[in-house]
Amino acid sequence: MAEAHQSELTRQRVRNAWLFLAPMIVVLVAVAGWPLARTIVLSFTDANLAQLGQQSFVGPLNYAFLLTDPDWWRSVWNTVFFTVVSVSLETILGLLIALALNAHFRGRGWLRAAILIPWAIPTVVSAQMWRWMFNDVYGVVNEVMLAVGLAAEPWAWLADPQLSMAAVIAVDVWKTTPFMALLILAGLQMLPQDCYENAKIDGVHPVTVFFRVTLPLLKPALLVAIIFRTLDALRIFDLIYVMQGNKLDTMTMSIYARQHLVDFQDVGYGSAAATLVFMIIAVFTVVYLYLGGFAREERA
Amino acid sequence: MRGNPLGRIAFYALLAVLFVYTVFPFYWAINTSLMSGTELFEPRPFPPDPAWGNYVAIFREQPFGRQILNSVFVAVAVVLLALALAVLAAYALGRVSFRGRRLLLFTVLGVSMFPQIAVLSGMFELIRALGLYNNLLSLVLSYMIFTVPFTVWVLTTFVRELPKELEEAAIVDGATPFVVVTRVFLPLMGPALVTTGLLAFIAAWNEFLFALTFTLSSEQRTVPVAIGLISGASAYELPWANIMAASVVVTVPLIVLVLIFQRRIVSGLTAGAVKG
Repeated sequence: MAEAHQSELTRQRVRNAWLFLAPMIVVLVAVAGWPLARTIVLSFTDANLAQLGQQSFVGPLNYAFLLTDPDWWRSVWNTVFFTVVSVSLETILGLLIALALNAHFRGRGWLRAAILIPWAIPTVVSAQMWRWMFNDVYGVVNEVMLAVGLAAEPWAWLADPQLSMAAVIAVDVWKTTPFMALLILAGLQMLPQDCYENAKIDGVHPVTVFFRVTLPLLKPALLVAIIFRTLDALRIFDLIYVMQGNKLDTMTMSIYARQHLVDFQDVGYGSAAATLVFMIIAVFTVVYLYLGGFAREERA
Repeated sequence: MRGNPLGRIAFYALLAVLFVYTVFPFYWAINTSLMSGTELFEPRPFPPDPAWGNYVAIFREQPFGRQILNSVFVAVAVVLLALALAVLAAYALGRVSFRGRRLLLFTVLGVSMFPQIAVLSGMFELIRALGLYNNLLSLVLSYMIFTVPFTVWVLTTFVRELPKELEEAAIVDGATPFVVVTRVFLPLMGPALVTTGLLAFIAAWNEFLFALTFTLSSEQRTVPVAIGLISGASAYELPWANIMAASVVVTVPLIVLVLIFQRRIVSGLTAGAVKG
């Protein structure tokens, strides 16, 4: 009797829960599920931006063209290169900054506030700021390098194919290392202190402590931060688009897809590229959820 | 710091380098924005003759004031809508156990990883069909894709931590679930709402790809698109001082907000560990 009452209450609770979830589910289906499904459908058509709605089915033709376009493969390679280099640099720098911020020193609050500034600046604004600083004739970067003697003549940061990739990576590292550092710092502050006390009593060298104690304990937090940054870097658009436009030297998958979609009005072909970007990132996301799910299970 | 004085000096030198590295670019933007005419072309650490001309120019030569209002409108509307949806969803996901909850949570997290480009053509079609092209409402709608998952995720983790006795007492008193959420949970969620709301605001304020694609006229543009697309008489003479002035105008409020709420932002970022 009491049990039946209990389960009726539970059932009502679950019904209410779905009622509360309904608005969110409707919105997510409308802005994520439906547009994604339509993008995939459009990728099998010859849809054109000017005459949207009059497309006809062309089968996997767009994908066939895409996979044989050297520019697409160039942008895949650019994206992968950008992601690997920038995320690696951000992790190493972020770890160093987090270790420094974890120490006690005067002015720590100031420094922590300062490293939030690059994070707070809108991406488009930082792209423009650095574009000006990297200006080949009037930019302060060249000015300083010439003054210090690092360069004999001004470098064409944003025109030279190799340098321009280095320049966008430098800006991304500047902008997102703080985020990395703060995530790692939060991880550091949650580490159990007794390990360190023991190590201190035993007189273990700090560097050994870092590699034997800190790094293994920090691994889960570090992994989460790296995966988030990787997913973010794989879809990068705004920073590179504002600094470099549609230049092939730095074109990423997102820039390639948008160029075909909007500039060339070829919605079918652009959707095919966008779908491939989605697939690549989906694979990473599944891996992340798998790893993240396990980490959470262990903690519980 | 303990250790020898040499190590200490090195440590502080490193910190000083770090400080300059993070702060200098924004300082340089301010510096440039206060220069006029040809002063720009001789890099100097201080503006020789600080002038506000560039700040006046951006409001006079283009509808920059209007564009700021556009950004404010879009960001505020997005934050309010996302939070309203998220509060209800977070209660259900954080307090009620039902079949499919884990799957739903992971789906929500999965959506927050969506590359925006993957929905661009489908979203464009939808916005055209709704007659919202070149309308700020198209941005309010499309920005839900990255604000809702994030706010739901962070608020769910927050709601889950609250003590069980709270709602039990209210339920015994015969309160409906809606009353439980609005009268019991909502007041306690204040700090979490401020943090997630602020992070969602920043994300909406900074968005570029959708705003670039779904709006056309400069009266409907938001600030990032306006700054991203400022151009001069030719591609070779961009009005750098104007660009920097506009950049400073839209960034200063953000920096002030972030510095005021810095502790909360850090905890919000780490609670969700979702992109900032």
